[in-house]
Amino acid sequence: MSKPTEVNEAKFDEMVLKAKTPVLVDFWAPWCGPCRMVAPIVDELSDEYDGKVSFMKLNVDDNAGIASKYGVMSIPTLIIFKDGQPVSNLVGFRPKPELKKSIDTALAG
Amino acid sequence: MADAKKYDVIIIGGGPAGLSAGIYTARARLSTLLIEKAAVGGQIINTSQVENYPGYAEGIGGIELTQAMHQQAEKFGAETLYDEVVGLEINGKDKVVKTPQGDFVAKAVIITGGAERQKLNVPGEDTFSGKGVSYCATCDGAFFRDKAVAIVGGGNAAAVEALELTKFATKVTLIHRRHELRATKIVQEKVLTDKKINVLWNTVVLEIIGEKLVKQLKLRNVVTNEESTIDVSGVFVAVGSQPATGYLKGLVTLDAVGAIVTNEKLETNVPGIYAAGDIRSGSIRQVVGAAGDGAVAAINAGKYISG
Repeated sequence: MSKPTEVNEAKFDEMVLKAKTPVLVDFWAPWCGPCRMVAPIVDELSDEYDGKVSFMKLNVDDNAGIASKYGVMSIPTLIIFKDGQPVSNLVGFRPKPELKKSIDTALAG
Repeated sequence: MADAKKYDVIIIGGGPAGLSAGIYTARARLSTLLIEKAAVGGQIINTSQVENYPGYAEGIGGIELTQAMHQQAEKFGAETLYDEVVGLEINGKDKVVKTPQGDFVAKAVIITGGAERQKLNVPGEDTFSGKGVSYCATCDGAFFRDKAVAIVGGGNAAAVEALELTKFATKVTLIHRRHELRATKIVQEKVLTDKKINVLWNTVVLEIIGEKLVKQLKLRNVVTNEESTIDVSGVFVAVGSQPATGYLKGLVTLDAVGAIVTNEKLETNVPGIYAAGDIRSGSIRQVVGAAGDGAVAAINAGKYISG
């Protein structure tokens, strides 16, 4: 089982922007209900894309700077980073097939 | 159809109505499958503090309350499947529930799919979704710390969320198309006396304006027809919700707004199919009502099965 890793402001550069594989970052907070809905889906995707995409979780409460840098104003937001650049931005709860489609598109692009 | 899994009762939807129904059917030793398309909890998971559920004098979080209900249903043996129901058919006495993972068959079905948030349907709403337009104040309020925001709507959701937003925003403008709120009196009193909240009565949003992010709302007073703009960084939409019954058209009787019509047993026009909670016509749209509905539907489903 591959599980999403917690990332924070200090490690964001190294773990996300300089990563060799694409990274999906789940911007969330403990007080956000829909974030809890997305979490199990992200867990499953993390397993299915093991080795191809890294999955990380960023708590916007503790890392407001990163959230604001990438214009996150609504959570859950999932951003896919490729070569240090955000290439896909998914706001709000999305069903699993839609998330897979976005990840596949980002991987192909 | 040989491989379709069979249950006594299938419950569609995992909000308070479905969870309560599951507690009752599973405890009555009826084999129970609860199907939820996202995560259990329903609309109330967006409410940080539920103040009117009996037994919790200090209030309880919507997530905590529904997680406990889910544990309780599973403790008695209810199973949970995470998938979307795409169809419901009748095959003799069997009810066939269709999902992308396959068909599931039950003797009785309790539909508790709840309601979904309605959009404003104005220019700019989709463009700025997630860039200042939000449908969840509990989720996104904190992004608007020390900023001015607006909330649109006049019901309980709008009023409670307006109060929630005062924790972060410098100013909260509540925009309502009528001249009075429909929210519970105690919530109304809090809203109308809060120094941070300004209410614009008889007002509708015409357009959400911005560049990268939301900057302004264009408004119209429906009495005087006067148009105006206000500067805000965020706009929260709480203009009501719509029953999620699209897949049921032609099978069970729906009312003018798409809610399911039931009798006093909460049975639909199809024997053995019940509806409970916000999806039911006449629902009071409260967690306690949904929980009560779930119990009524479950007990009557049990009687229907035992004939």
